[in-house]
This record gives sequence, C-alpha cells and structure tokens, in this order.
Amino acid sequence: MTAPEMTIPDLEINRRLTILPMQEFYTSGHRTCQGCESALVMRYMAKVAGPRTLVTGTTGCMYVANTSYNSTPWALPWAHTQLGSAGSSAVGTAAALKALMRKGKIPDERINVIAFCSDGGGGDMGLATLSAALQDTRYNLLILLYDNESYANTDIQASGMTPWGAVTAFTPSGSQMRITHHRWKKNVPALLMAGHPTGRYFANASSGFGMDLMEKVRTALDVGGPTFVQTHDPCPKGWDFDPRMSHELAILAVECGITVLWDCLEGELRYQGLTRQQVDGAVKRRPVADYLRRQGRFAHFADDDIDFFQARIDEMWEDWILPGVLRIKQTPFGPRPESGRSVPEPTEGGNHG
Amino acid sequence: MTTMETRAAGTAAAAAGSEEIITGCDAVAQALRLADVDVLAGYPIRPYDSVMTAVSKMIANGQMDAEFIVAESEHSQFEIGKHASLVGARAFIGSSGVGWMYGMEALVVTSSLRLPVIALVGNRALDDPGAFGVEHNDALMVRDTGWLLYWVESAQEALDTTLLAYRVAEDKRVMLPCALSMDGAFLTHSQHIVQVPGPAPVAEFLPPYDLGDRRFHPDNPVSIAPQFNEDWVMEARRQADAAMRRARGVIAEATADFRRVFGRGPDDPFVDTYRMEDAEYALIGMGTVGLVGKVAVDRMRAAGRRVGFVRVKWFRPFPRPELRALLRGVKGVGIVDRDYSFGSNAHGGVLYTEVAAALYPEPTRPVIVPFIAGLGGREVSVENIEEMTDITEELTARGELDASCQWIGVRGPASDPRYDVERGAR
Ligand SMILES: Cc1ncc(C[n+]2csc(CCOP(=O)(O)OP(=O)(O)O)c2C)c(N)n1
Ligand code: SF4
Ligand SMILES: [Mg+2]
Repeated sequence: MTAPEMTIPDLEINRRLTILPMQEFYTSGHRTCQGCESALVMRYMAKVAGPRTLVTGTTGCMYVANTSYNSTPWALPWAHTQLGSAGSSAVGTAAALKALMRKGKIPDERINVIAFCSDGGGGDMGLATLSAALQDTRYNLLILLYDNESYANTDIQASGMTPWGAVTAFTPSGSQMRITHHRWKKNVPALLMAGHPTGRYFANASSGFGMDLMEKVRTALDVGGPTFVQTHDPCPKGWDFDPRMSHELAILAVECGITVLWDCLEGELRYQGLTRQQVDGAVKRRPVADYLRRQGRFAHFADDDIDFFQARIDEMWEDWILPGVLRIKQTPFGPRPESGRSVPEPTEGGNHG
Repeated sequence: MTTMETRAAGTAAAAAGSEEIITGCDAVAQALRLADVDVLAGYPIRPYDSVMTAVSKMIANGQMDAEFIVAESEHSQFEIGKHASLVGARAFIGSSGVGWMYGMEALVVTSSLRLPVIALVGNRALDDPGAFGVEHNDALMVRDTGWLLYWVESAQEALDTTLLAYRVAEDKRVMLPCALSMDGAFLTHSQHIVQVPGPAPVAEFLPPYDLGDRRFHPDNPVSIAPQFNEDWVMEARRQADAAMRRARGVIAEATADFRRVFGRGPDDPFVDTYRMEDAEYALIGMGTVGLVGKVAVDRMRAAGRRVGFVRVKWFRPFPRPELRALLRGVKGVGIVDRDYSFGSNAHGGVLYTEVAAALYPEPTRPVIVPFIAGLGGREVSVENIEEMTDITEELTARGELDASCQWIGVRGPASDPRYDVERGAR
C-alpha cells in the first residue's frame, strides 16, 4: 500500500481553525443509533487528525456499533483495545513508533496517535491507564474521552460520569426509592489536569460545538506530548429523547452551565464560546430544568431533585474560583466574594440515605 | 556436512560470544539484548522482575536500544506489549503469580490477535495467602488460549529458548505469543554458567520481525479486530488452531537450525529424556524438577532399577507423539505436577491429565500415577523422587489402573498414601 496523499494543510498552533479539510476519515459503514453524537465526534476527530494518524479505541459503542467485521467506517488505521486500555494502547503504539523510527526500522515522520475511550472505559475502568499515559512525556499521544454518560453499549448502566439521579439499567427509579444513582458526576478532565503537571494540554468540549471541538483536537495534536480531550455527547438511547434533538441537547447542556467549555494549554486555562460569555457575565445560564426535563432519564425527578441539581450547578459557577473546573472556593490568598450559599444534601440517597 | 562438522562450525560462530555466570533472569535479559527487542514493559512482582531490572540497566548503559515502559499495572503492561507488537515492534513482557492473573484479559487478546509477544513467567504461587515460591498454575492459566508455553530447566536453556521463542512465534505459519516459564527462585535467581553468543549467529538465526499486511501504520489503513460475533468467531478460532498445529513443525525446524547455527542445543525439541532407553518406570515433570529427577534416576540406576526421567519442555503445543513413543513399553509412569487442578480427573494436576489423555489411544497403557509435589516453592528432593518411584512401582505391581493422586512432601497424615483424605482417616 502506498501512503494516502497528505490532504491537511499545515496548521499553526494558533488554536483557531480557518480551513477545514473536505476529506472524511470516519465515513459510512458504522451502525450507531440515529442521532448518535459520539459518532459525530469520531468524524470531527478523524477529520482534523488527517491521514497520518493511528487510532485505537476501547470496547463500547464506538467499537461494537462502529466496526462490524467487513463494514468499518475507518479510513484511518484503527485497532480495538480492551475496555480499560485506552492509555496503555496509546503508550504501546507511540513507544513502538518511537523505537522503530529511532532504530531506522520505519521512516521517521510525525504520526498522530489517538486513543479514544468513553466514560465507562476511560473515566472508570481505565483511569489509571490515562494517568500513566499523561505522565509519559516521551510520547506524542492524544486521549479522547467521548462522554455519553453511561456504559451505553451494554444497554445503559451508570458510570462514575453519569449525572446524579439519572435512571439507568442498574439505577432504576422504584416505588420505594425514587433515586438510586447517588454519585455526583466526576470531572475527569479537571482531575487529570490537576494531577498531571507534565500533561501539555487538557480540554473539555461538546459535540454541539463542532468547530471548538475540532480546534481542541487539532491543538492537542499540534502541541504534542501527552494530551487529553473530553467531549460531551448526547446519546438518544441512553438519555431517552428524540434523536432529532441530539445536537440541540448538547448545546442546551452548555447553555445551562452543566457542560463547561474550557481548555488548559501548558498551564493556561481558558474558557471558550458560550461558556466564556457566561463566565464574563455577558450571557445568563438557563435553568437546568430546561435540560433535565427534556430527557426520560430524569423524568422521575421531583421538584426538589431539580432544585438540588440547580444548587450544585450554581455553586460550581458562583463559588468556585475556577467556575466549572475545580471545586476550590477558598485559598490562602483569600476567598471568593461571599455568596452565602450552602449546598443542600441530595434530596434522596445522600450520605444518610 | 556431518553432524560433528556442523556443530563445530556453529561453535566457531557462537564463539564470538562469552561465557558468564548469570541467573536465569539475567540469561533471558542477554537474549533480549541479542534479539534487539524494541519495546519492553515491566511491572514489579517477584521473582520474574529481575529480568526487567537487568534490561533497564542495559538500556541505561547504552548496551541495548529499546523503549522501556514502567507500566502502572500488569494489564497495561501486557496491553502495551500487544499494541507495540501490532505496530511492528519486537515486544517483551513478563510476570509472576497474581500479576499474570491481573493482566489475564490482555494476555487472552494478545493470542487471539495472533501477536508474537514473548513473555517470561517466573512461576510463583497464587495468593491468598501470599507466597513467593514456585507453582506452575500461573502460566498454566493461559493453556487453552493460544499461547505457546515452554518450561526451562537451566539458565542456558532460558537464553537459548528466548531466541528460539521469537523465531517460532514470529514465523508467518505460527504468529502466536509465547510464554517461557521459569521456576521462581530455583532458576530465576540461581546462577549458572551460560554461553552468551555474539551478535552474528543471532542475526543469522533470527530474521527481523515482519507483521506483513497487518502492520499498524498510516501506510496500511487496516481495521484491527472489528466486532465478529457468530459470523466469524469459529473461523478465527480454527485459524489459531491451525497455527498451533503448524507450530510443531516450525519448532522442530527452528530447533534444528539453532543447532546448526550455535553448535549446541537439544536433539529433541519437545521433551528432554534421561536414561529412558530400557526404562520400565518413568517419571515426568516440568521445569527444574528435571535436575533433581535426573540425579534421582542416576541413584536408582546405580541400585539396579530401570528408571528414567522425561521433562516436558513445550507444554503448548503438547508433545503427544513424543510421549506416546517414549512411554511405549514402560510399565509404570509417575507424573510430578507442580500445580493443582482441584476436582479434576483423579484429583491430579494439569500435566497428569494431559499425559493420561495422550496415552489413551495406545493399545497397551502403563499404570499412570498422579503426584502433586513442590507447591509454593517447597523443595522436591531426590528422596521425594525415589518415593514417587517406589509408589509407582508398587501400584504397577498391583495393576492399579485407576490410581488416585498422591501428595508428596505435605505435612500431616495426608502424606500417608493409604490415608483417606475425604474421610480424614486411614
Ligand atoms: C473487561 C470488560 N468488562 C466488561 C465489558 C462489557 N462491556 C462492553 S462495552 C461496555 C460499555 C462500555 O461503556 P463506555 O466505556 O462508557 O462506552 P460506551 O458503550 O458508552 O460507548 C461494557 C461494560 C467488556 N467488554 N470488558
Ligand atoms: S447507544 Fe448512544 S452512544 Fe451508543 S450508538 Fe446509540 S446513541 Fe450512540
Ligand atoms: Mg459511555
């Protein structure tokens, strides 16, 4: 096989895409649900990565629904990796490229290495592998976590990144217990950023903001070193809504301040787009009820539950020094201006529940 | 060329190397340097891990050019090896005991992806409670999954077999991973005199690793391991089965070539036989128990007993033809398992079940007595081997075709062969 022609113009690390390639490297052939935003994320990711890229992906929807034998959507080399192995697959691939290039066994060139995973495989099971990969500054690799907020492929079970209270196959709402998913969603990009000072780039993105997402993927690949991008992707099957509304729901999550668009390049934190306007106070957040009430997974929420959810989001915006990123409200250098808020205990199923 | 001349030529070629007193783990490390391994991933667990200590030092000293990754778990360690191999890098991993278990998922996919990663298993008892000593259950856990498995007896054999393993595993007709087992402490950490060859014969013996059209590279946009389901799984398993069958021929070929190039090495690639010529009784085992077995055989032979020892080297593929031929005419066979398989046939170990099954098609079968000995690193002594031979002879004389498994060297009344374990009495 000869190499496909280079079709991507060289981009500077200006973090603004001005030209998008026409070519697609994630194409037809997948069998994801109608309205699957994660599939769209794959397409965005492959498009800006370009042909000199190796992709590995963990077990999950973007494996099982994507790549049935004989009908792959991947025009890039793609390999399956085990559910908890996103980080290790990236390290193994990048290390092999480095050794083979250094020893003259393959031509020396820049090859992107991307490992994708979801909230279950990456945020829960494989978290240690993400951590190890983000420490290994010898290698250029990007880990992309597509967050569809459940173990979707196994028919929707709660992960550590499923929103509090959501109904899943393992966290039903019953006649005696309205809420059985008790964990507040963990913030994986912030967790990884805070603990890995040598990781070069961390970003949180949304499938609803394609340009922003592609800029983040491209920035990650351009700066090199170990990098991490997460995307928030509505999943009609798991969240229980009309697939026509997928994209709108992704945008709504940002409008409500539930999804926060930010990135951090070499220690410089920035907010993007709508989120930045919210941080600046130019745009007001919409109430979370607008978002929650549109999804079957929250249909059992009482008004108290909505209020609790809203209070947590408000705290994240108004009391945290870095809104939506890290729950630090006070430092030796002084507190944020007093808001007087005390965040309530969960309405049901809290520590005492 | 005559055999003698061939060996002499090989010796001359290998003479570019050196003679050293090194441990089993160090011998494997030397082989890895000679094989120009590209990517190695380590995770600490005794006793296998001294191979990684040795290798990382060689890399730091510039004696070896490779990427060495300190993984954050065995699962990652094995996944790193697997993915490096997929890119076309020669890869090495290893573990012991529960570490090998921890990465089990990654081991299984390495063989089902048909990637020729080589692993060292420093055999160690499984927890709980913790124990460092040798037991073969760790490596045996992958016996059904398409890993080639080998048990070495000496440091020299460890070095030689590491080179052999890469040659066999990477052969296009095989493309399966290979785990080399080495008895924890007894061999991983004991020193032997080892002939370390120079680079020239190794280059002649071991061609570069070439993954061909499965190579994971932008020039070759393949999709690796898409979801199969019932449409294709059986065909894939069948291909692995065919590869494992072909491995026998490739092993024989590679072993003969090893003898040609290095001027040493075994005549029989699969089993190591000791004084079996006219043996009426035979003991069979794997790993360092062979060293003890051979001393015991010498002692028993000196006392006029017609006893021999067979050490199974390749456990996968299993040496069924060799064992059938060797044991034809033998009256009684004792199998020394350094492992357990609770609730299995006759409550014997894994090797017992395999040997017994291999002999089943024979028109006349010897009495086969299963033994379990040396668990958790307990020593198997010359006296233990003699005791097992005594019991085998006694049961053979009685024509006992359905012997129940005997535990040797275990404390308490259960060590009495006439003791009924289930009733808790004689
Ligand atoms: C070790 C292991 N445990 C469990 C499974 C079963 N499994 C397959 S896909 C999947 C869901 C993974 O969820 P996530 O990583 O969030 O990906 P998604 O399905 O949401 O795309 C699970 C649990 C598996 N493949 N491997
Ligand atoms: S279940 Fe969700 S993530 Fe999976 S294919 Fe369907 S929409 Fe996409
Ligand atoms: Mg998911």
